[in-house]
Amino acid sequence: MTRDELEAVVADVLAGIAPEADLATVGEGEDLREALDLDSMDFLNLVIGLHEKLGIDIPEADYPKLFSKGGLLTYLSAKTGG
Amino acid sequence: MGLFRMPSLGADMEAGTLVEWLVKPGDKVKRGQVVAVVETQKGAIEVECFEEGTVEELLLAPGQKVPVETPMARIRAAGEAPGPAAVPPPPPPPTPAAECIEPRPAAAPSAAPPPPPPPSAARPAGLKVSPAARRRALELGVPLDRVHGTGPDGAITVADVESAARGAAAEAPSPPPTPAAAVPPVAEPSTPVARRGFDPVEMRKAIAAAMSRSKREIPHYYLASTVAMHRALAFLEATNRERPPPERLLPAVLLLKATALALREVPQLNGFWIDGGFRPGPGIHLGWAIALRGGGLVAPAIHDVDKLALPKLMAALRDLVGRARSGGLKSSELADATLTITSLGERGAESVLPVIYPPQVAMVGFGAIVTRPWVDEAGGLAARPVVQVSLAADHRASDGHLGSRLLAAIDDHLQRPETL
Repeated sequence: MTRDELEAVVADVLAGIAPEADLATVGEGEDLREALDLDSMDFLNLVIGLHEKLGIDIPEADYPKLFSKGGLLTYLSAKTGG
Repeated sequence: MGLFRMPSLGADMEAGTLVEWLVKPGDKVKRGQVVAVVETQKGAIEVECFEEGTVEELLLAPGQKVPVETPMARIRAAGEAPGPAAVPPPPPPPTPAAECIEPRPAAAPSAAPPPPPPPSAARPAGLKVSPAARRRALELGVPLDRVHGTGPDGAITVADVESAARGAAAEAPSPPPTPAAAVPPVAEPSTPVARRGFDPVEMRKAIAAAMSRSKREIPHYYLASTVAMHRALAFLEATNRERPPPERLLPAVLLLKATALALREVPQLNGFWIDGGFRPGPGIHLGWAIALRGGGLVAPAIHDVDKLALPKLMAALRDLVGRARSGGLKSSELADATLTITSLGERGAESVLPVIYPPQVAMVGFGAIVTRPWVDEAGGLAARPVVQVSLAADHRASDGHLGSRLLAAIDDHLQRPETL
């Protein structure tokens, strides 16, 4: 999947968690949790959604790599073989 | 003969608006069954019935706003003979209006006047709609009587609601370009449609009323302790390592369970201050303060937390937070909390001094889990994750000595996470 396609998947999962959150407004280096006001339950729901949509395993130890938008997309890209 | 009344969903609720009946006269109802949707300051709430029997008469029509305790329906207990005008006869012959007035049971002298019958355009009361579909319909503003159900028994599903919404959008004329021609669409004449979630202004008023009452009436005392979390977090890490994301636990679950078990040891802090005395809670039902997007707060309860295994508790918490934010809480969840917990979460402040939710007699607060220097049992210094646990308690019901025991018990349980 391309980075844009992955970003669309992330935006789709986020829409079910924080309907008003707009991923497009978040900078690559910004912390998603800060920028979109996600608490730990929201973040877990994001991980669950990505796990289910993309069929990838995301160990808890990897969570810190997913905090920034750029880090998240890079991680997903690597995991989905892009 | 029982009367089903507008429930009080917390100290701050004075009135509610009936959005929808989910039962009709003649239907059998069970304890705990959701029978109506009521709009409150906390959003649309699914109201449960606490009697078993048969719905005899609905006394309110959708759209009516009535004070707490107003009778909403008459319910005939199982085994009881039908009342004089139980179920309306199928095709009502045109009779003079006066003859329709049935004698009211003495138990309900001040029952609300019978509402005008809902306009015929309103959806039939027996419509089967899944809760998820109902919420989706509220989100999309789709009147349920316009939706064709394709589920079992013609039940309306989420897909039906969405396809009806698409159909409506397709039928609607494309918006004209000039603002002058932008006539608002014709409003639905009869069907009240609840707002999605809640109204922030009303929610603010509800919080203001409850918290003002708390600070006016309750002589709070406050205690706080710092609790080492390395054992609890190591336990969590080991547990989660073997689980796929949907089965993973959050630290919040350990905090909830530890508090519930501590309350078993200090039950004097689990309950209510009513009419000048303490009444113990009927179980350990913990309110969990949930911040809502767009502002506001709601603290619905998880029932019998002390008896729930961690995976079940996690599932209950996820479900509760989801429904608190999408507007599908049940009346018992808003009315039953015996003690409330506020946990500020990973990005929150380090400590919190809670304001008790009346008529509860105590509230427990957890700050963010942060890494700080910590002197362990052997006297060595280490960087450890710690959390500030605080207690606000009602001095009419307890003293600091007892409160200290609760905090010590919470600490003790968090040092033995495998027993939670």
